[in-house]
Amino acid sequence: MHNMPKKYYALFTLPTIIAFAIAFLIPFLYGIFLSFTSFRTVTDITWVGFSNYVRAFTDDNNFIHALWFTVRFAIVSLILINLVAFALALLLTGGVKGTNFFRTVFFMPNLIGGIVLGYIWQLLINGILLNFGVDLTYSAKYGFWGLIVLMNWQQAGYMMVIYIAAIQSIPTEMTEAAKIDGANGWQIIRNITVPMVMPAITICTFLTVTNSFKLFDQNLALTAGAPARESAMLALDIYTTFYGRVGYEGVGQAKAVVFSLIVALIVILQMRLTRTKEVER
Amino acid sequence: MNTKNRVQNAISFAALLLLAAYTLAPILIVLMNSFKGRFFISDAPFTFPTSETFVGIKNYLSGIEKTGFIKAFGYSLFITVFSVAAVVFFTSMTAWAITRVKSKLSSFFYYMLVFSMIIPFQMVMFTMSKMANILRLDNPIGIIVLYLGFGAGLSVFIFSGFVKSIPLEIEEAAMMDGCNPLQLYFLVVFPVLKPVTVTVAILNTMWIWNDYLLPYLVIGNNYKTIPIAVQYLQGGYGSRDMGAMMACLVMAIIPIIIFYFTSQKSIIKGVTAGAVKG
Repeated sequence: MHNMPKKYYALFTLPTIIAFAIAFLIPFLYGIFLSFTSFRTVTDITWVGFSNYVRAFTDDNNFIHALWFTVRFAIVSLILINLVAFALALLLTGGVKGTNFFRTVFFMPNLIGGIVLGYIWQLLINGILLNFGVDLTYSAKYGFWGLIVLMNWQQAGYMMVIYIAAIQSIPTEMTEAAKIDGANGWQIIRNITVPMVMPAITICTFLTVTNSFKLFDQNLALTAGAPARESAMLALDIYTTFYGRVGYEGVGQAKAVVFSLIVALIVILQMRLTRTKEVER
Repeated sequence: MNTKNRVQNAISFAALLLLAAYTLAPILIVLMNSFKGRFFISDAPFTFPTSETFVGIKNYLSGIEKTGFIKAFGYSLFITVFSVAAVVFFTSMTAWAITRVKSKLSSFFYYMLVFSMIIPFQMVMFTMSKMANILRLDNPIGIIVLYLGFGAGLSVFIFSGFVKSIPLEIEEAAMMDGCNPLQLYFLVVFPVLKPVTVTVAILNTMWIWNDYLLPYLVIGNNYKTIPIAVQYLQGGYGSRDMGAMMACLVMAIIPIIIFYFTSQKSIIKGVTAGAVKG
């Protein structure tokens, strides 16, 4: 099919490409341009060079703080979510009764939107903190651990489903042979299951890290950055900079560019890692 | 099965039951609180309603009234259904064309679309909403164009991965029989794409139904979707009606649970397939 007439090619591609240009491409390029300007609306733009980028890091501590908060959050949730999800997958592939029921239940929180999730957990966490005379707005550490618990609750089931699929594709002969050779459960997990599900681990690692970096709705609903802006992650900090403070639109846009670069860097790094692993297999 | 295994299984089962209870508890606690008076929620979220605190469906009525929840449900449903339909319809066509026609333009389109998947929404939130404003796309119909454009990356990516696995012979045979590309696509290719169409539809439904920031910035002033309605209740500190909030949370979850139980298998399958490819 190398010779589709141009007329048809246009018919097949143009609706998507035009929508893509409107929703992404033009706003993206325009966004890069705006990050070098000072503006309030699109009619009063003045070129300011790199000063927005300098101000993003030097006007206040918010951006660095949010970056640090996000990195710590990504690391902790990467480890916790994957451990919990992997343990659940092991439990559910061990031949217990009711596997389908449990899988259905554990997966369910994924479908609930971030805003709704945020308010559900706000009620619960504040209800528990009440016993200690504090609430989520009292210190950023409550917001941090609250978000960790929330994201674990939401995402463990999702990652679990991916791990289950991977574990089920391990040939049974392999584990049977290991059992005959006298390997115990822990040895089988360490020497067979984990190496065999490595691709799934890569995918889940990638998903948890990018989800953490892009997290916004849950952050907004649970604490909205309180106290002050101490529990704000990168996406929320950009939003607050942009819409919460007049005269900071350009700085917000510059932060968004830096944010995009960070996320792109993680994705590229991840793709490199996946590729080298796939060669080894 | 020997005794050791049986004991192990019993322990696993008990652990799973506890975890299932932990997973369901938050939703049940919100449900329980939605029947309590608004001032009895924050102070004691873990107690059952008593004759003193029970208010029946009063919270639901005030929640519906304060947020315009019925309308919000309608907007959410309309936007989700038509955006998902548009995404599936147009991106599958695009994916097929750019996979089959090998040209510089095709690979340019493909890489641009894949690139857009990486970029976080905050990068374009201001410029996109301005764009929508200028082009008069700031209404429930216009926003479909934005979802098509912003969702195109992932959807084209998943569709092209699948198109590559379809043997060319089927299409060549249809061409010999005199099909034009449109007939070829709709009569031969699109039916074959069905399993991946389900995946793409489910992933986009989950995203668009729950999406908050895009509709908030683009149409939020005039049209509230469900996430916007819930966030709207937040208001200033102290003035929040916790009763209405609980009721709205429950009403926001019910459609999702119904959707989940009607197509649970394809949802889990679709999400796994999407994740492994994405």
